[in-house]
Amino acid sequence: MPEISPNLSADHMDPRRSFQGLILSLQRFWADHGCVVLQPYDMEVGAGTFHPATTLRALGPKHWNAAYVQPSRRPKDGRYGENPNRLQHYYQFQVILKPSPPDLQELYLKSLKTIGVDAALHDIRFVEDDWESPTLGAWGLGWECWCDGMEVSQFTYFQQVAGFECAPVAGELTYGLERLAMYVQGVDNVYNLNFNGRDGAQKVTYGDVFLQAEQEYSRHNFEHSDSDMLFKQFTMAEGACRKYLEAGYSADKSKHLMVLPAYDQCIKASHVFNLLDARGVISVTERQSYILRVRELAKACGEAWLKTEAGGM
Amino acid sequence: MPDLLFEIFSEEIPARMQAKAADDLHKMVTDKLVAEGLVYDGAKAFATPRRLTLTVQGIPVRQPDLKEEKKGPKVGAPDGAVQGFLRSAGLKSLDEAVIQKDPKKGDFYVALIEKPGRPAIDVLAEMLPVIIRTFPWPKQMRWGERSARPGALTWVRPLHSIIATFGPETEEPEVIRFEVDGIAGGNITYGHRFLAPDAINVKRFDDYVAKLEKAKVVLDPERRRDIVRTDAKNMAFAQGFEVVEDEGLLAEVAGLVEWPVVLMGSFDESFLKIPGEVIRATIRNNQKCFVVKKGEGLANKFILVANTEASDGGKAIVAGNERVIRARLSDAKFFYETDLKTKLEERLKKFDQIVFHEKLGTQAERIKRIERLAAEIAPLVKADVEKVRRAAMLCKADLLTEVVGEFPETQGLMGKYYALAQGEDKAVAAACEDHYKPVGAGDRVPTDPVSIAVALADKIDTLVGFWAIDEKPTGSKDPYALRRAALGVIRIVLDREIRFSLIQKMTHALRFSVVHSNIAMQRMLQGLSAENNPEIASRMLQLGAQAQEIGSRLRFNAPAQDDELVVLQSLVGFFADRLKVQLREQGARHDLVDAVFALGNQDDLVMVVRRVDALGKFLATDDGKSLLAGTKRAANILRIEEKKDSATYDSAPDASLYQQDEEKALAGAITSAKDEASKAVAKEDFAAAMTALAKLRPAVDAFFDKVTVNVTEGGNAADIRKNRLKLLSEIRAATRAVADFSKIEG
Repeated sequence: MPEISPNLSADHMDPRRSFQGLILSLQRFWADHGCVVLQPYDMEVGAGTFHPATTLRALGPKHWNAAYVQPSRRPKDGRYGENPNRLQHYYQFQVILKPSPPDLQELYLKSLKTIGVDAALHDIRFVEDDWESPTLGAWGLGWECWCDGMEVSQFTYFQQVAGFECAPVAGELTYGLERLAMYVQGVDNVYNLNFNGRDGAQKVTYGDVFLQAEQEYSRHNFEHSDSDMLFKQFTMAEGACRKYLEAGYSADKSKHLMVLPAYDQCIKASHVFNLLDARGVISVTERQSYILRVRELAKACGEAWLKTEAGGM
Repeated sequence: MPDLLFEIFSEEIPARMQAKAADDLHKMVTDKLVAEGLVYDGAKAFATPRRLTLTVQGIPVRQPDLKEEKKGPKVGAPDGAVQGFLRSAGLKSLDEAVIQKDPKKGDFYVALIEKPGRPAIDVLAEMLPVIIRTFPWPKQMRWGERSARPGALTWVRPLHSIIATFGPETEEPEVIRFEVDGIAGGNITYGHRFLAPDAINVKRFDDYVAKLEKAKVVLDPERRRDIVRTDAKNMAFAQGFEVVEDEGLLAEVAGLVEWPVVLMGSFDESFLKIPGEVIRATIRNNQKCFVVKKGEGLANKFILVANTEASDGGKAIVAGNERVIRARLSDAKFFYETDLKTKLEERLKKFDQIVFHEKLGTQAERIKRIERLAAEIAPLVKADVEKVRRAAMLCKADLLTEVVGEFPETQGLMGKYYALAQGEDKAVAAACEDHYKPVGAGDRVPTDPVSIAVALADKIDTLVGFWAIDEKPTGSKDPYALRRAALGVIRIVLDREIRFSLIQKMTHALRFSVVHSNIAMQRMLQGLSAENNPEIASRMLQLGAQAQEIGSRLRFNAPAQDDELVVLQSLVGFFADRLKVQLREQGARHDLVDAVFALGNQDDLVMVVRRVDALGKFLATDDGKSLLAGTKRAANILRIEEKKDSATYDSAPDASLYQQDEEKALAGAITSAKDEASKAVAKEDFAAAMTALAKLRPAVDAFFDKVTVNVTEGGNAADIRKNRLKLLSEIRAATRAVADFSKIEG
C-alpha cells in the first residue's frame, strides 16, 4: 500500500475528522491504483452512475479506470434539513474499473482502511444487493457493503448498461461519503460533520455548507418548482436528445460523432423527471411511461456510443 | 475406496441461495456418478458465504467394465453394410467378429465389444467442469478480463479457486486435473477473509474441515446456526432476558458469516413506546439482528451476529450497530408519531387515486364494496351493523401510513394501534387487524362478530371480483392468493357455524364488481378515445348499456341471472375444491364431499359439512354399508339395462304391475323413507334422514333376494321388467335426499 503523503496525514486532513480529508484520501488511494481522477460531472444527476465516465465508458472493449466525486440529487429525499440522515443533495464517491480486477474486493477493503475503517476492529460484510437502474436500462450483481451494520458502499459488477451487455464487465464502487464520514467522525447528525477538519472558529461543518441549501431546495422540490416549465423541459430534452443522436450518425450509420451532447439531454430529462416526481404531479401509471422514455434515450445513447472511438470503434 | 473433496471458492454468495446451492451440488455430482456406474457410499454438501463444498465417500477407483454385443449384418451381406458395421463396432476386420448361427433367418456377425471401465478420477475430471458450467444459480454473472470473450464462465459471484482431490483415506489424495475458464482444480483454499486470509493446503475432507476451523471458518451451516442459537440464548439468559426466536433470521444470519460471533447491544428505553412489532421489524429486516424479551414485552436490547473477532472484543462493532439501530428506531418512532397525527378516516380520500387492479377500479371503490357486503353479512353473525360499517371503512386505511409503507408486514396490526389511539370502539380496532385472518393454515380464525363480518366481506369481494374479470388461479399461479381467501372463508364459516347461501350473498357483490370493472374499463378507454377510434366508441356504448342493465338488476334486487350463475357456480366449485382439500386434511373422505356437492345447489358450507359428517357416520354402520351396496347394485343394473334399451326408467312405477310381495313392500318402504328423510332434511337433521333411509335396507335386501328384475316368462313380462327397473330407480331417487350415492367409492 502506498504511503499516505505528508499533507494528508496532517490533523486537519485526517479522514477521521475531516470530510474533505476523507474525500482526498479516497482520491489519493485510487489515483495510486491507476485511476484517472475526474471532477464531478457538471450537470444534475441522481447518482454517480449517470456520469458519462461510468454509463458510457462501461460500454465497449476498452480498458477504463476512473474515480470521482459526484454530487447526487434526489429531489424526493429532501427533508427541509430536519432529518439527520436524509438529503436531497449528497456526495457519492464513484470508482469504475473496466475490466473488473480479480482483487477488487481486497482493493475496496484497503481503501476503507485508508479512511480509518479497519477490518481488524470493525465487522465488514458483503450483503447481497442486486443493482438495477430502470432509467439507464442497466443491471449488475454485487452487494451492499456493511460496516458494523451500516451500509457504507455499493459494490456492483455491471452486466448490462443501456440495454447492452458489458464486455468486458466493469466493477463499480459507490461510497456514500456522508455516511462514511459520519461513521468515522462518530457523528449522528450529518449537519454536524466537520467539513474542513479544523477546530474552534476555523471549523466549518457540513451544516454550514449545505443546511440552507437543503431547506431551500426542499421548498423548491416539493412546493414551488415550476411544473409547466419542467414538463416542457422534459419534452424538449427528449426531442433534443433524439435530434442530436440523429445528426451524429455518419451517412452509412457505421460511426457516431456526437453522442456526448445527446447523452447530456438524456441526463437532463432524467433529472427533470425526478423533479416532477418529487412535486407529485406524475401519477403512478404515467410514472412508468416516463421511466421508459428516459430508458429509450439511454439505450439510444449507448448504441451510438458503441459506434464512437472511445466506444471501441 | 477413495473419497472426493470438491470446493468452489468465490466472492460472497447471497445467503438466501446457499442452502439450495449445496443441495444442487450434491444432487448434480452424485446423480452423475451413479449414471457413470460409480456407486458411492455417502455424500454431504455444505455452504458458507464464500464456498460450496461437497464430500463424497467411497467412490470405486474404476468404473465397472462393460461388455456389449453388437449385432451386425448377415454373413455375405454387401460390403457397404460390412464396412459400416466394422466402423461402428471399432473392429479392424471381420476376423474379430463372431458368427452367430440362425437357421431361420440366416447366420449373422456379432461383435463382442468390451468397454473397460475408466478410472474414476478421469470421469470426475470430465464431469466436474461441466457441473460448474451448468450450475443452476437463480442469477449469475460474468466478471473480469475474460468476461469479454464468448462462452465466458458465469457463476453467482466471481469464482476464485477450486479444490478437487480424490484418494483413499490412507494415502495422499490426487488432485483432479481439470480447468474451467482458466481456473484449475487444485488443493488450495483460503481461510476467513479477515482473521486468516492465507492460502491453506488441504488433502481430504476431515483434514479440510479441521484446517478451515483453525482458519476461523465453520463449514457446516447447521453448526453456525447452533452456535448463534446457543450463544444468543445464553447471553440473553445471563442478563435475565429471552431471545425472541426467529428461524428465518437465524438461517439468513448463518449465511452471512463464516465465523459467527454473538454480541449484545442496547438502545434507549424511550424507544420502547413504539409498538414491539415495529421495533422488531426495524431491527430484524434492516439490521438482521434479534430482539430480546423481558417478560411479555421487549427489552431495550438486541443481539447481533458479527463475522469476526475484533481486536477490542467487539466494542466498536457493538457501538456501530447501536448507532445504526438508534437512527433506524428514530425513523420508526418519527413515522409512528407522524402517523398518529392523522386520523385514519382522513387518509381515505387518497384511495380514490390508488388503483387496486386496473380492471377492478380503485381501492376506494373496493372499500365501498367491502363495506356494503360486510353490512349485509353483519346480521348473519349477530354483529352491530354500524360498527361493521365503520370497521370496513377504516380497515385498509393503515396501508397509507408511514409505518406500513416502511414495513408492509405490519399492515392490519398498525391499523389496530391507530384505531385504538383515535378512540375507536375495541371491536372496530380489532377488525382492522383481524379482517386479514386467517392468513395461513396455522393462523387463528377471528372470533369477534365485527371482525368476522369484515373478514368474510373482504375475502368474498376479492374472490368475486377476480372471478368477474376472469382472473382465476391456474396451476401453481395464484398471484392474488385467491386459494388462501377461499380457504379463509371456509375456515371462518365452519368455525363459527355461519349459515348462508354463498350464491345469494355473492350475487350483489358480483354486480358491484362488474359495475366497478365497467367504470375502470371506461376510464381506460377515455384515455384512448382522443384518437377518435370508432371501435372504442362502440365499446364505450356497449359498456354503458351493460352498466345500465346491471344497475336495473341491482335496483330490483333480482335473483342471480343465468350469466351471473355461470360465474358464481364456477366460484362455488372453487370453494368445493378448497373444502375437499380442507376436509381431506382432517381425515374426511373426499368422495363424500363429491357425493354431497353432486346434489347441486349446495352452497351453504355449514350444511355441506354436516351432510358429509352424517353420511360418513351412516356409512360406518352395517345398515349404511348394506344400503350403499343395494343402491349401487340397483344403479349398476339400471345402467346396464338403460344402455341396452337406450331408455331411461326414472318415471314413477305403476302399482298395478307389482307381482310379488317384496315389490310392494319395497315400494311402500321407499315412499315412507323418502317422506321421512325429506322431512328430516328440511329440519336439517341429517342423522335422522340417514336413520330413515336405513329402514329401506330390509326391503331392498329382500327385493334383490326374491325378485328377478329381468323377467322373461309370462305374457306381460316386458312391462313387469320395466316396472321393476323403475322401482330400482326409485331407490336411487330416495337416497338422493341426502347424497348422490353413485359418487361414493367402495
